[in-house]
Amino acid sequence: MLHIVNKSPYERNSLTSCLAHARQGGAVLLIEDAVYAATKGNAAEAAVQHAMQTLPVYALGPDLEARGVQAGVIDGVKIVDYGGFVDLVAEHRTSQSWL
Amino acid sequence: MTQVAEEIEGEAGVQAVVKKFMFVNRKAPYGTIYALEALEVVLISAAFDQDVSLAFLDDGVYQLLKGQQTKALEVKNFSPTYRALEGYDVEKLYVERESLEARGIDESQLLVPVQVVSAAEMADLMEQQDIIIGF
Repeated sequence: MLHIVNKSPYERNSLTSCLAHARQGGAVLLIEDAVYAATKGNAAEAAVQHAMQTLPVYALGPDLEARGVQAGVIDGVKIVDYGGFVDLVAEHRTSQSWL
Repeated sequence: MTQVAEEIEGEAGVQAVVKKFMFVNRKAPYGTIYALEALEVVLISAAFDQDVSLAFLDDGVYQLLKGQQTKALEVKNFSPTYRALEGYDVEKLYVERESLEARGIDESQLLVPVQVVSAAEMADLMEQQDIIIGF
């Protein structure tokens, strides 16, 4: 399953809840304000690092760039463009949005 | 048979496909429109004879609290609708135990019979679905 998160980890618990339910074989895609979780040195980094031990974590490039944080992405988080977003949705049997 | 009749039958054939839908409720009831909108979509899905289940986790568990009174707010109290879901053959209501415990809510305070499941069991249920729609 592809888990899509779009809220900042400081505004809502969407990422925390998502990571508590994501299973091996799935993937996590951070978009919109959730891309802040993909940056180094932030309080959510440990949770993202832990998740990456079992799941690939992606972040949407255009949302990183819009917010000026593209240079500080955590090592191992894969940056995708809109085409990559579509590929991820197509690769997984289901997707779930965590609002 | 006319061509129109054939097309209608063809459409009926498409509707006969039953998928497993899960609606995931993670928001408290009156602060945003999400909970009410979720109920609307649940009833539509049930009308199409789909295999519908509802999940309540995080603040979504507040949707099921007994004793909601919205008169002073002048908004519709939609909480009785959860009790009516059974009439639409929507009987799979799953509530996450960790979310109840974090909010100090006991199952006896909920307004409808539910299955209380752990976060791990909820994750399993999510994996079994064809379609997951989050609110």
